[in-house]
Amino acid sequence: MRLELVPRAERSTAMALVSPVIAIGLTLIFGVVLFASLGVNPARALYIYFVEPLTKAWSLEELVVKASPLVLIAVGLAICFRANAWNIGAEGQFTAGAIAGSVLPIYFPDFQSPVLLPAMLVMAMAGGALYGAIPAILKNRFSANEILTSLMLSYVALLILDWLVRGPWRDPGSFNFPESRLFNASATLPLLAEGGRMHVGILFGLIIAALAAWRLGVSVHGFAIKVTGEAPRAARFAGFDQKRIILAVFVIAGALAGLAGIAEVSGTIGQLRPEISPGYGFTAIIVAFLGRLNPLGIVIAGLLLALTFLGGEAAQITLGLSDKVTRLFQGFLLFMILACDTLIAYRVSLKFGHRAAGVTGTADQKMVSNG
Amino acid sequence: MAIRMKLVAAAAMLALGAGAAQAQDKLKVGFIYVGPVGDHGWTYQHNEGRLALEKEFGDKIETTFVENVSEGPDAERAIERLARDGNKLIFTTSFGYMNPTVKVAAKFPDVKFEHATGFKRADNVSTYSARFYEGRYVIGQIAAKTSKSGVAGYVASFPIPEVVRGINAFLLGARTINPDFKIKVVWVNSWFDPGREADAAKALIDQGADIITQHTDSPAPLQIAAERDIPAFGQASDMHRFAPDNQLTAIVDNWSDYYVSRAKAVMDGSWKSQDVWGGFAMDMVEMSDYKNMPDDVKAMAADTAAKIESGEIHPFQGPIKKQDGTEVIGAGERLSDEVLLGMNYYVEGVEGDLPQ
Amino acid sequence: MVDAGIITAIALTVITASTPLLLAAIGELVVERSGVLNLGLEGMMIAGAIGGFAAANLTGSTAIGVGVAAVAGAVLSIPFGILVINLAANQVATGLSLTLFGLGAAAMVGEPFLGTPGLKLPKLDIPGLTDLQVIGPVLFGQDGLVYLSFVLVAATSWFLTRSRAGLTLRAVGDSHDSAHNLGISVRKVRWMAVLFGGACAGLGGGYLSLAYTPLWTENMTAGRGWIALALVVFSSWLPWRVAIGAYLFGAVTILGFHAQGAGIRIPSQFISALPYLATIVVLVIISRNKTLLRVNTPACLGKPFVPAR
Repeated sequence: MRLELVPRAERSTAMALVSPVIAIGLTLIFGVVLFASLGVNPARALYIYFVEPLTKAWSLEELVVKASPLVLIAVGLAICFRANAWNIGAEGQFTAGAIAGSVLPIYFPDFQSPVLLPAMLVMAMAGGALYGAIPAILKNRFSANEILTSLMLSYVALLILDWLVRGPWRDPGSFNFPESRLFNASATLPLLAEGGRMHVGILFGLIIAALAAWRLGVSVHGFAIKVTGEAPRAARFAGFDQKRIILAVFVIAGALAGLAGIAEVSGTIGQLRPEISPGYGFTAIIVAFLGRLNPLGIVIAGLLLALTFLGGEAAQITLGLSDKVTRLFQGFLLFMILACDTLIAYRVSLKFGHRAAGVTGTADQKMVSNG
Repeated sequence: MAIRMKLVAAAAMLALGAGAAQAQDKLKVGFIYVGPVGDHGWTYQHNEGRLALEKEFGDKIETTFVENVSEGPDAERAIERLARDGNKLIFTTSFGYMNPTVKVAAKFPDVKFEHATGFKRADNVSTYSARFYEGRYVIGQIAAKTSKSGVAGYVASFPIPEVVRGINAFLLGARTINPDFKIKVVWVNSWFDPGREADAAKALIDQGADIITQHTDSPAPLQIAAERDIPAFGQASDMHRFAPDNQLTAIVDNWSDYYVSRAKAVMDGSWKSQDVWGGFAMDMVEMSDYKNMPDDVKAMAADTAAKIESGEIHPFQGPIKKQDGTEVIGAGERLSDEVLLGMNYYVEGVEGDLPQ
Repeated sequence: MVDAGIITAIALTVITASTPLLLAAIGELVVERSGVLNLGLEGMMIAGAIGGFAAANLTGSTAIGVGVAAVAGAVLSIPFGILVINLAANQVATGLSLTLFGLGAAAMVGEPFLGTPGLKLPKLDIPGLTDLQVIGPVLFGQDGLVYLSFVLVAATSWFLTRSRAGLTLRAVGDSHDSAHNLGISVRKVRWMAVLFGGACAGLGGGYLSLAYTPLWTENMTAGRGWIALALVVFSSWLPWRVAIGAYLFGAVTILGFHAQGAGIRIPSQFISALPYLATIVVLVIISRNKTLLRVNTPACLGKPFVPAR
């Protein structure tokens, strides 16, 4: 018995809508088995996991707060991945942005001005972009593989941040504990609604996603990125400079990750600390692919992933289900979504018996398989 | 930790915040942990404290915890969720939760918060910490009695005052026995990475240290000491299982009594914001059984611990000199708690630079 | 005059620090050579760590522990294989999900073993040889997995360049469509590679819980899967370069600790950052040979394969 995949002539719109439903259905079945075997009422567990966080204004706000850095970073990464540039160092670019964006409030704690926040945002984007440019330059000039350089630079950025907040940038009033000063009001992103945690920064994700959806679809640049990723030779013939595109996508992704970094530091945390990200840069890679590298898909994927984090916390608190169960469950959910995605581009059928002589691959058939 | 099944009234799940607590007369107590419960170290001991609460109060109390909560943007949400879920007493057990705790506390004036190792308080926020340096002074003395080379290896996590204070107390204790005693320090930049901790311990032993102590959470350095057959000390919990013939003693964090007393205070309405820094005297710091050492060393260690408990000995009693020889305080004086809290220099005899 | 003893000591520590990286990376190299990118190394390593630890503790045999570590890693690679090979799912996202899944599953399975001291893999001891100065303990006093890691490097190198099966595997990684047209079962080859990679990652994790630090705790891999992944890239997909990369990384880490112990005046964060920077610098230097790079980079890496009928 074998699974056969037959490419569809066109991506199926119906399946694009149905496949997540199938995935969630399969996950629910797995959840029932898992939770029942742990002695927890499955219906209640699934309710707390997926529904409860959506029933309160407070947790809806938190959902958006959690999703917005993921979306912002993932949009940048999607642009990289479309151009076949393997940027897995967004965590480092996020950190570099947070550091660069914090220079003003840390060195000039008393400086209050309406231009302060815009300046911080610009510096953060520049910091992230510069840090993102390093792997691109190393790739363009020395052919150094960007998977390694971007990943290693992430660890380096985290250590630089660690050194800064334990050393030169330590708050003089904090008894030598590792944290910077708290940012003053004019260096803090304003809240959208009083009492909650939704700050202006969460709009960035939405704006950028919308902008990206529009630009990637219509502009020459968007086209060039796509062609470079899918058919580098064709891109050369068309006159697109591959090296410039690699640099450009890394800079864009770095700037967006940097923006996410300062938004977290200035909007959510309010100071620089040794730990400013629970692995956003890595989680965003999943978000980018889960969103099928499509900016609007990324918004949905970001919200979904945020929901599983919130649901996991709720399950810990309300049901005493441990953090380990949550991670296992989250992994399974992602497997199912990814598996069901296959249905969009392919027809899946079960075949019995041996493969028919598939040796005779003619040129025509190759064209089909490539198309 | 077993998966615990909870049969809370369904109302608790639907009702908002404060409403939930009124549906039942149990005191709900929440905990935020920075690591996994199974870390054998810091988080493990806080969880022991939580279990002590359940044991003490039985069905009059209900405890909940969230583990592996990153000290970044997630902390505030996790704390707020506990508050909204009807917990009336919430322990946030790592320094990085300080500002989120204070922020959430301002939103929930009728919930009591207890933040470990911080310094910001409010009407409904207390802080608590333990004087682990008292224990380190004792093990410093044991080390000086036990070591032949006169050099101890110290596997350290991050250069924060808590750890620096421990290093200094260890050395000051050791120098009361052997005035030439030295320590070498290796920072692994992690609280918990068994592999790196093991590597650091090996490097220290290879450089001539013949006794190992650690301010990181895994038993790995102790295992290395056992492998090389040199003595070592456990951290946070009694780790003798990992080095039965080599662990001399361990400095044990004991939060149980404190947690029980604070829960009691909430129940009878006597809870007030305070700052507690407890040591031997409050049983917050304990030494596990002294083993693998001669009786006279055991007696000395017990005696020192008793004298610290009674206040006769203070680990930071002058004269104390910094690494460069400048005097911090003269004979007879004691460093104040405020100075100890922010300690960021090595005392004379520690080798290497303090990372700043 | 440097003391011979300290050199031996450093060498021994470096070997221990490098072996788990090498074991995991050599498996991933084979996987990538077949055209599949499995970012789930961390998840498979942790599965090997708990599998090996649990089996050794329950049976009292470290040999069984090693075997089960390999099996556990391979078992965890099965969902990955089904998704990316049979269902043509996205490899990067599936690999990352595998890491989440593996860390959670291992932590659940490992609960009963928390706080239990483990068994340590015995070291080889050949009277006469092991007692030799410096080279004795380094060459003849290691545990079985250290030797296995080098056997795997040599065998993989031979396999990829000299064996027919190895050439087939490379053909699949370079152009799955052409390979398919030649009658090669692309899926079968990739399945073998993925399972082998899982087993090797499992061995790397098993090394952590059976030899490096014989204990079990959650997250004890502490990011080593990611480093191993980077080392495959570092090697430009050449087996012997994986060994160089793993040992370079291990050596810089250990020398950093020694520098600290000796009292060097550099912030510890910079010393910790050195292994990462060193691999970047060396990668830049060795990437100059573009022909070598082009010949050995699997062209189909990360691309899904769907056979044309």
